[in-house]
Parts: sequence; structure tokens; C-alpha cells
Amino acid sequence: MPRKTTPRQDLTRGVWRENPVLIQMLGLCPALAVTNTVVNAIAMGLATFFVLFFSSLLVATFKRLIPSEVRISAYILIIATFVTIVDMTLEAVVPEIHKALGAFIALIVVNCIILGRQEAFASKNTVPRALLDAVGTGFGFIIALLLMGGIREIFGYGSFLGFPLFGANYEPWIIFILPPGGFFTIGFILLALNWWQRRQEERAKAAELAEVAVGRAA
Amino acid sequence: MSRPRFLVTASPHLRGPATTPTIMWNVVGSLVPIILAATFYFGIGALLVIGSATAGAMLTEALFGRKGSLGDGSAAITGLLLGLILPPGFPLWMAFIGGVVSIAFGKLIFGGLGQNIFNPALLGRAFLQAAFPVAITTWVEPRGGWLTLPAQMTSVPFMGAGDVDVVTSATPLGLWKFERIGTELWNLMVGHIGGSLGETSGLLIIVCGGYLALRNFLNWRIPISIFISVAVLSGLLHLIDASRYPSPLFMLFSGGLMLGAWFMATDMVTSPVTNKGCWVFGAGVGALVVIIRAWGGMPEGVMYAILLMNALVPYINEWTQPKVFGTRLTEAPS
Repeated sequence: MPRKTTPRQDLTRGVWRENPVLIQMLGLCPALAVTNTVVNAIAMGLATFFVLFFSSLLVATFKRLIPSEVRISAYILIIATFVTIVDMTLEAVVPEIHKALGAFIALIVVNCIILGRQEAFASKNTVPRALLDAVGTGFGFIIALLLMGGIREIFGYGSFLGFPLFGANYEPWIIFILPPGGFFTIGFILLALNWWQRRQEERAKAAELAEVAVGRAA
Repeated sequence: MSRPRFLVTASPHLRGPATTPTIMWNVVGSLVPIILAATFYFGIGALLVIGSATAGAMLTEALFGRKGSLGDGSAAITGLLLGLILPPGFPLWMAFIGGVVSIAFGKLIFGGLGQNIFNPALLGRAFLQAAFPVAITTWVEPRGGWLTLPAQMTSVPFMGAGDVDVVTSATPLGLWKFERIGTELWNLMVGHIGGSLGETSGLLIIVCGGYLALRNFLNWRIPISIFISVAVLSGLLHLIDASRYPSPLFMLFSGGLMLGAWFMATDMVTSPVTNKGCWVFGAGVGALVVIIRAWGGMPEGVMYAILLMNALVPYINEWTQPKVFGTRLTEAPS
């Protein structure tokens, strides 16, 4: 029996508490590969968001029609349809970004965040809740990519969204736009996140202890 | 209270006098002549580069390391070694960042001294190489004047120097790789060549490293096996085609091989614990050095050779584990 959640939780949980990249550690391949600039990160995030949203819509709609023996291939087919739409749209509208993202647009098909949400949530819940979940998870993915892209572009190019921040003389840290920089950046972010979380827990524990002590005194 | 007549304690029962700080500060001492030589060849700027790398390393250790870990001298060694493998005239702020990265990501993130997989100084240099590929391959001419500082060296942190003309000279390995020009062997041995600060004078490094080997502060098997492996492999290549592959002596004394073999590969934390393992480790480093120098895209490969072999050390330790005393060596023939 799946855990009961409120619609509000469906929407918000993917954004931060169960962030697909930073907490669940899913979808690391695009998060490492195409986040060397903010623009690329946003494009990748929006493309994934679009695919996730409409795949969840279709999967949740047809969940009773899809035989469970072939459900994974059915999900992949649905996802691949929307990936093709995204791929062609990007190529037509913003060819430079399409070129920069390269094979990683086609690889959205096998993005485990999308497939994971279909298998774990959309195929078991009503359409509106599946959509809420898709929006939350999609935003979580965009936030994670933006964090990565922001850090890497600021260090690696000295700019944000293409606007130079430090003047023409800035010495770029080439490593941040190379693949090792992606690993470094995600390492930094996870380090900071875990440190912050641990501190929160310690504070909560300390507050609890203080409360107990106060209760005893009274 | 009288002492018990039969004292039962856990091993070890025999302890040597050497402690971590003794060994570490001895290594620091043995680096001093090399630092002086670097200053002699490249001027006062050498001290500044080495100083900023060391400051970055020690500051990071003091801020984030365990309490009192600064006193064991290992952070100082990392900083000094990093400074010695940087090119002369390297921007000071980059050297400082190299020191910070060395300690933070080379050592502390693994849990401090004794826990790290890779040599911290080499890891710092690998980071700098990937982050600032231009600055780290700008080799300033030795003897540019004692007190003159190259302009790019004192650039404002995070800023490049813009268009500055510097007198640069290629390293012997670069000359060979890209132009097939050899270097006179004597110049190579005493260090009158372009190159990283502390890597130039091979003879001096042998003396300083030899001192540490005599005091048993480093395992002599590692440098010796590296030299044998490099000499044999490059000798074979030299016999096959002398116009393409330089002589073994050139290979031994050029680039960072001497400093790497004596001071980096022998790092107690990141080298094998068994003597047999040390032979394997050294042979592997030597082979990788020859392979990278002969067929790689870069002229020099000591750094990556040692880092790659560092990654294999746990396996080498496992393969060369000595048999426990008292267990049967082989199955008795029946």
C-alpha cells in the first residue's frame, strides 16, 4: 500500500525535499554533461520538464489500458514521442542551443527521473495528482540544473547568462566548463547540502532536549 | 605500587624513534636545498611562488584540519612540493588556490593525513593544469634577473595579466617532443634549463632524496624501480629508433621525473606498504612515464603516471600481501 500523500505534498516534495538530482541522485548524466552554461541548463531543464509533464499526463490517463507486462516499453514509447517533439522544436527555434545540447536531448528518453516518476507515481495515481507530481519534480530538476549551471558559468566563463561579471581581464577556470568541473560542482553542492541538513538536525535535537529539560524543571 | 613481574601488553613491542612529525620535518629540511637551487636559477620569484602555495596549503589545514594537525608538517610538505612543481612566474594567486585545493580536495575530504588516495600536491597541480592550462605551460626563461618579477606573476586575484610579453623558453621535454631538439646532458643534470621550479637540478634532488633514503624515511625501492623501469623501456625504444626516442639518461634527468620519483611517489600514505609492492608500483610509474612521454599528447607525464598508480595502490597491497607466519606456503604434494 503506497504512502498516502496530500496533493500539496505531491506538488512540493519534488522541488526540494525529494529533489530528483540533489536528494535522489537521479538524472546525473544531463546534470553533469550540459550544465556548463546557464542557458544550456535552462534549456535542458525546460525540455525535460515538458517531456515529464506530458508523459505523466498520458501515462496517468491510459494507466488502465496499458498491460503491466509491457508497461515499460509503453512508457518509453510515450516519452520518446515527446522527446522527438522537443528535439525538432529546439532545432527549429534555437539551433545553437540544440547544437550545444547535442545527443543529450535524445537521451532524455532514458532519463531515469522521467521513467521513475511514471513507474512510481503516474501509473498509480489520478491525472491531476500525476500532473502535480510532474510539475514539482520538473521544477526540482530545473532548480538543480540552474545551481550547477550558475556555478560553472560564473567560474568557467566569468559570466552569468552570457553577461560578463568581472570585466574583460577575468581569468577563467577552464576546469569548470570541462567534465571534471561538473563532478566538482555537484560534489560542492552535495557537501553544502548535507552539512546544512546535518546542522538542522542537530539544532532540532538540541531544541528537543531543551524542551525536555524545561518540562522537567517545571 | 610495584611493577608487575610479567608485563602483558598488546603489540607492537618494539618502537622506532621516528614519529610522523620527525619524518615530515626531515622531509621539509631535505627540500630546503632544492628550494634554494630554484631561487638561484629563477630569482626571488621562485620563493614567492613556493611561499604562496605553502601558505594556501597550511592555511587550509589550519582552518579545516583536525586540531594540531598543522604541527605534523605534512601540510607544509604538500605546499612546498606543489610550489616546486609549478612553473616559474606562475601567478601567485593561482599557486595559493593550488595549495588550498591540494589540502582540501587532496587530503581533508578523505579524512586527513593517512586517509588520502592520491598524492595531494600532484592532485593540486592536476587541478591547476585543468583550470589554467595556459598559465601552467608558460615557462619563464631561467636567469631572467634576480629581483625582476614577471608581470603575470603579481596579477590581481582572479584576473589575468592581459597582454604581457614574457620571455619564455621551452622545457627540454617540450623541445624534444615538438621540435626534436636535444639538450646537453650536463645542463640537464645541474638544472640550467627551463622547467618547473624544483624539477631542474636532477643531481641535487638525488642528494636530497638519498639523504631521506639513508635515514630510511622513504622506501628506496620506489625511486630505484622507477629509474630501472624508465631506463630499460626508454633504452629499448632508443635502440629501435634513436631519432624519435631520446636516450635513457635524457629521460631520467628531464622533466619532473627526479623530483617525482624521490619525493612524490614515495609519499608514505599513497605508496604500497609491502616491499614487493613498492617494486611493482615503481615499475608501473616508470612504464606509464615512458608511454605518456613517447606517445602521449603532452611532453611530460610524471604527474599522471604517479596519480594513476596511486589509484592502484590498494590492489597492489592486496596482491603482494605477505604470507602470515606459520601458514603453509603451498599445498604439500601428495
